[in-house]
Amino acid sequence: MADHILVMKNITKEFPGVKALDNVNLEVERGEIHALVGENGAGKSTLMNVLSGTYPYGTYTGDIIYNGEECQFKTLRDSEEKGIVIIHQELALIPELSIGENMFLGNERKGRFGIDWDRTYHEAEEHMKQVGLKDEATTLIKDIGTGKQQLVEIAKALSKNVKLLILDEPTSSLNEEDSRMLLNLLLDFKKQGMTSIIISHKLNEIAYVADKITVLRDGATIETIDNANRDIDEDRIIQGMVGRELSDRYPAREHHISDEIGMEVRNWNVYHPIYTEKKVVNDVSFNVHKGEIVGFSGLQGAGRTELAMSIFGKSYGTNISGTLIIGGKEYDLKNARGAIEAGLAYVTEDRKGNGLVLADTIAINNTMARLEKVCNRGVIDVDQENAVAEDYKEKLRTKTPTVQQSVGNLSGGNQQKVLLSKWMFADPEVLILDEPTRGIDVGAKYEIYCIMNDLVAQGKSVVMISSEMPELLGMCDRIYVMNEGDMVAEMPASEATQEKIMAAILKSDKK
Amino acid sequence: MNAKTLLKKYTMVIALVVVFILFAILTGGRLLYPQNMSNLLLQNAYVLVMACGMLLCILTGGNIDLSVGSTVCLVGAVAAQLLAAGLPAIPVILLGLVIACIIGVWQGFWIGNIHIPPFICTLSGMFLFRGLGRAILGSKTVSINNQTFLNIFASYINIPGVDSGDVKWSAFAVGVIVAVGLLVFTAMNRAKKAAKGYKQASAVSEFAKIVVIDALVLAYTWKLAHYKGIPVMALWVLAVVFIYAFITSKTAFGRYFYAVGGNEKATKLSGIDTEKVYFMAYLSMSILAGLSGLLMAARIGSVNGDTGTSFEMDAIGSCFIGGASAYGGSGTVGGIMVGAILLGVINQGMSIIGLDNNWQYVVKGAVLLVAVIFDVVSNHKTGKAG
Repeated sequence: MADHILVMKNITKEFPGVKALDNVNLEVERGEIHALVGENGAGKSTLMNVLSGTYPYGTYTGDIIYNGEECQFKTLRDSEEKGIVIIHQELALIPELSIGENMFLGNERKGRFGIDWDRTYHEAEEHMKQVGLKDEATTLIKDIGTGKQQLVEIAKALSKNVKLLILDEPTSSLNEEDSRMLLNLLLDFKKQGMTSIIISHKLNEIAYVADKITVLRDGATIETIDNANRDIDEDRIIQGMVGRELSDRYPAREHHISDEIGMEVRNWNVYHPIYTEKKVVNDVSFNVHKGEIVGFSGLQGAGRTELAMSIFGKSYGTNISGTLIIGGKEYDLKNARGAIEAGLAYVTEDRKGNGLVLADTIAINNTMARLEKVCNRGVIDVDQENAVAEDYKEKLRTKTPTVQQSVGNLSGGNQQKVLLSKWMFADPEVLILDEPTRGIDVGAKYEIYCIMNDLVAQGKSVVMISSEMPELLGMCDRIYVMNEGDMVAEMPASEATQEKIMAAILKSDKK
Repeated sequence: MNAKTLLKKYTMVIALVVVFILFAILTGGRLLYPQNMSNLLLQNAYVLVMACGMLLCILTGGNIDLSVGSTVCLVGAVAAQLLAAGLPAIPVILLGLVIACIIGVWQGFWIGNIHIPPFICTLSGMFLFRGLGRAILGSKTVSINNQTFLNIFASYINIPGVDSGDVKWSAFAVGVIVAVGLLVFTAMNRAKKAAKGYKQASAVSEFAKIVVIDALVLAYTWKLAHYKGIPVMALWVLAVVFIYAFITSKTAFGRYFYAVGGNEKATKLSGIDTEKVYFMAYLSMSILAGLSGLLMAARIGSVNGDTGTSFEMDAIGSCFIGGASAYGGSGTVGGIMVGAILLGVINQGMSIIGLDNNWQYVVKGAVLLVAVIFDVVSNHKTGKAG
């Protein structure tokens, strides 16, 4: 019989009005990497929160059997004592503290008088070595990139003597290179006998790393797929997730490219807002035609977001220079208001931080970028505002009972739709979409793609920044590649491949 | 709407009713005397006015203005000295408000455009303006004898003939007009919505609400009619409250304060000038503080170096008791009015009972804490379910 480190039996968890988990079963064998997949709201995170004691024993029904004994975790600390450590999507590190301090936060290495700093940093570096981090343990968290921060989280888990490591969307904010490194690290740990559970939307990564894949849908276990031979492809997983076969992950699209140029940027330079001598965008030129979707590929820190935000009314950076032409007219935009009036929209990659007011309703968010459109001499016509929001809700098929719902209560995919509604309502000619499908499920992604196609069919120009190459290849007419602030390649999507894009990046690195 | 959500929505109103009844009983009915009811409004006029301005500051992200008590003193001091020097009332009032504007521009500039933390900037203002006020007064109490000035802020409406008797009928007449007006306005609004086919709340709940409000208006004006009639100060307060209620609930300008408090970065990227929002919050606050300074000076009839001491705390307290979020982004003028009146009833009730001033502080502090605890706990519970 298989040696199960963890068995979760008939787990049911209810929130007021919603059954988040309905008799879910999960069996994890010792020493395997077990993937948990499902659309947003399928109950993956809820299940892991039940396991880790975030939702204490008694608030759910069902049994958790860990290492052969039944567990009743009341707090996160209870589960950590047993060696179950969960790393959340949003990293729980304090930027102003050092790597070592973060690693032993709440678990300080005590000497006779207070904290033993020598021991703290020595042990921290031991664990950092295990994950391949070569920085000093005294480096502050804010001075290292997201990729390394993720590694610090894992090192922190190791310091807690982890037996079962749970990673919730560990690669969602990493570029392909860092993601691959992280996944290989998990495979190394597996060889050393550690068990991991990984939650991810990135199915190619799952197929690469997981031995078993459990699919959740609407709070119920659908199936567990065996991937020991690495013979499961993404389509097979998607089929389980959505309950139907998604024959095409990208909607078919007629080409609408007109000869007219929607937006052109020439010799664009941007410097870092704080380290003003550092150049983040270096002499970049590009254009996008009306009715065209242009993709921007590149690794994290390639300067794509910085480029986009600096174009959008100088919302990022200092000492910006270059020429910006929108609809044949040259603009010198001073702020976001000017950019919106010039017909530009920037749909941020960080919908919670930069995009939406989570506490406010869908209706209020929907009109925010162009509130004057529902105003009469500065007085808001609330009825008209609600009608607008209802209209977009129907058009984009946002799932919500009413437009008076707070945006914070929506799932990621629906939040993204509200964010898109907000910018579509601003009625721009050129839309810059920064990671428009980050962290949302396959079904919602497809719908976002359809919206993009509708936009270009109306003759608008779309610039799509994405770290997922297949998405760029599937959706764009033309692809630009950036690396370290430089524009390094431009290719028609018909000729582009993932290999070609990577090659362009790597070649420019050598220079 | 079931009983639970109803209870949650109107918690502070219910608390106000309970406290009111409690003090009505404890004072043996003296709280309900016409004179006390009239004083309830007059003594808290400055709180009601300043709480409106403070709401805008708090909306931007839990930011407060500590300098308002000192602004009250400075503007009051300038007005008192100028009146004493023989200047007529109208120029003095205008000059007082201009000074308040200058203070507002000063603070708004540092906070909005230079990004000085509001707490520190207004703490500095608290010392600065208090010191200037005392210097202008020359450490003396300056009394105000200009009758026009006193009439503009602190007299009562008295229509000869109608109000000659013991009962000031004009007050009750105003009450009746307001009550009928509210009823008609609600009916018209519903008719308009129905014509356009918009959704609306059930007729029963909406009219029930109006009937309760009407009853209160009639009862209150009835009380006023049996004292000296409608105080002019009440008109000033009502004007400010209506303007701020309108701005915060109906205008784009008002919406921006909520947006900045909800998510400043997103607001900025939506093309809204967030610096201007901060600037306007502190400008409006200082203007209202200046107006309160004039109201206070007229009501007391004199100004001294301690005028307005700790007024900022009353305004801030009213906002938080009235349900404004300590993190910004939520709160309504209606809510903070309930908060201010609740504080006022407690003050008034304890004074009538003759409770020691020291104990009044203890009770106020406890009420503030309980209100905020309730707010945080109840929001936390509902917020987590998602």
